[in-house]
Amino acid sequence: MSSAPGGGWVPKRTEIAVAGAAAATAASLERPPRSDAVKGGVFKAALLFGVGLALAGMVWLIADAFIEGRSRLGLDLIFDRGSGDPEKAGLWSALLGSVYLMVGVIATVVPLGLGAAIYLEEYAQKERWWNRLIEINVQNLAAVPSIVYGILGLAFIVRGPADLGFILIAGSITLALLVLPTVILAAREALRAVPPSIREGSLALGATQWQAIRRQVLPAAVPGIVTGIILAISRAIGETAPLLLVGATVFVTFDPTFFSDDGYTALPVQIFQWVTRPQDEYRVLAAAAIIVLLGLLLAMNSFAIWLRNRYEQRW
Amino acid sequence: MEARDTALTGPAAPGRLRLEAPSPRYGEKAIKGLLAACAGASIAITVAIVVALIGPTLEFFQEVAVTDFLFGTEFTPLFNDGEFGVLPIVAGTFSVTFWGLVVALPVGLGSAIYLSEYASRRVRNVVKPTLEVLAGIPTVAFGFFALNTITPILRDNWPGFLGDPPGIFSAGAAGVALGLMIVPIIASISEDAMSAVPHGLREGAYALGATKMRVALRVVIPAALSGIVASIVLAISRAVGETMIVLIAAGSTPNFTFNPAESIQAMTAFIGTTATGDVPTGSIKYQTIFAVGTLLFAMTLLMNFISIRLVRKYREVYE
Repeated sequence: MSSAPGGGWVPKRTEIAVAGAAAATAASLERPPRSDAVKGGVFKAALLFGVGLALAGMVWLIADAFIEGRSRLGLDLIFDRGSGDPEKAGLWSALLGSVYLMVGVIATVVPLGLGAAIYLEEYAQKERWWNRLIEINVQNLAAVPSIVYGILGLAFIVRGPADLGFILIAGSITLALLVLPTVILAAREALRAVPPSIREGSLALGATQWQAIRRQVLPAAVPGIVTGIILAISRAIGETAPLLLVGATVFVTFDPTFFSDDGYTALPVQIFQWVTRPQDEYRVLAAAAIIVLLGLLLAMNSFAIWLRNRYEQRW
Repeated sequence: MEARDTALTGPAAPGRLRLEAPSPRYGEKAIKGLLAACAGASIAITVAIVVALIGPTLEFFQEVAVTDFLFGTEFTPLFNDGEFGVLPIVAGTFSVTFWGLVVALPVGLGSAIYLSEYASRRVRNVVKPTLEVLAGIPTVAFGFFALNTITPILRDNWPGFLGDPPGIFSAGAAGVALGLMIVPIIASISEDAMSAVPHGLREGAYALGATKMRVALRVVIPAALSGIVASIVLAISRAVGETMIVLIAAGSTPNFTFNPAESIQAMTAFIGTTATGDVPTGSIKYQTIFAVGTLLFAMTLLMNFISIRLVRKYREVYE
């Protein structure tokens, strides 16, 4: 064996080295040791268990509310107004309150959020410090706890400079400020998805920057923007904490209006109030109301997804 | 001289194209100004938050010493001769957050590793959006779940060595629900970070004979570490700022304890319960809400900054 294929003499050292390399290669190509396979299997099982636990928790949460609340689910629940009697209490005042709140949120957040997104995406020069400041600021606002927005609403909108009192519009503005960063981020993403060639083509044909944005970029980005707004609204509609601070805690048996200071309530706040009562009837009522809220969110999210799939342009 | 002037500015000069617009375009400038104002409004919101918090907080500190507030262990601001030590409710917040992380860290990170390294494309395309649905469930529903389902389960299965089982309200039950709520944050952002690790790194490790588990644990996780840590910091920040779950399920007794079976009060829950009552403006109770709010805002702001920094770091490395 001490002769190479060419027939020449090979030093002993080389021979040993080649044998070693061959053994190492063979070892790594053979089946790995059993312990590795066992460990890998256990690891994968643990990961699957984690995913399963997360999904099971979610399914359980929804199923639980459904099972608890199914005896109260029905049109009565939706169309009856609030009442001191849990057998008769319905969600109509709260649902209407939530709808009015969302109308106010949309009226505030769409112009503000879209304007900010267009500025940041189309006009702002990234190297300017104030533009960077705005970007970091928006990212930070997105993670400010919702109850802090409640404090802002209480100190600045209900009292303080705006001094609106505990009226529904104050709640709307508070929620609008809360979801503004979400809308800005979503609208920016939609604008960014429109390829630069669209803008450049328009500008090359003599359009001004605003004309290019207004007639080419915005129409192309509308599906993405609307999807983002719906998702933001579906976050706002489930928010409870800030509303507690700006007056949506009154016991309401009448339909709300935008500016009256008689008080208003909203769906999640109504749920919260029922959850905190110790009686069984209220627990059932709360569970049924949670199902209504989840149904509403499901409808909104499905619509957003349908909208995106139906109208989104692929470039 | 005259000829040169017209050549530079006038349309009469042949062969020279006027590059500026024929009119000053005031409309364009006005639109740009309006849009910039919208963007500037976000700064105004931050300023408003800070101003709204700082004013009453400064008044609060004229009545209560800063050290008494930050290091005091008695919190009874609603009593007439109250104590304002914030530590019990800070401890309450962190106790609930800790028990939340005990649930969310293994589940969230496990899900992220599975989705990024093991799941087929089809599975990932189903599981990831489903997890994000979990993130969209209103927190009041998590609160209901904690109070009506998790609490009884914990009470019936409480291991004896941990002492007495929890009552109606407990940090543990709120923590489990909170953990479930922050799973999608950890799973989603960590998975993004792991997916951003270039394939070359994994293939290099496979070529050296590493098993799939080793590649995940020794290559992908270290490479994606800044993103993973960012997701955890963000999840902690979200948990610290969460109100409804702790308000419903953790109770409203400021207890300086980390025992999961005890009823506690979290910072957000204090704000939520106290500010709903008709607290007169300018009273010490009203100011306490803002002092606690300032502390909460400062804590979450710090965590958000850390998280944004870390996310930027992994993006810079691999994109």
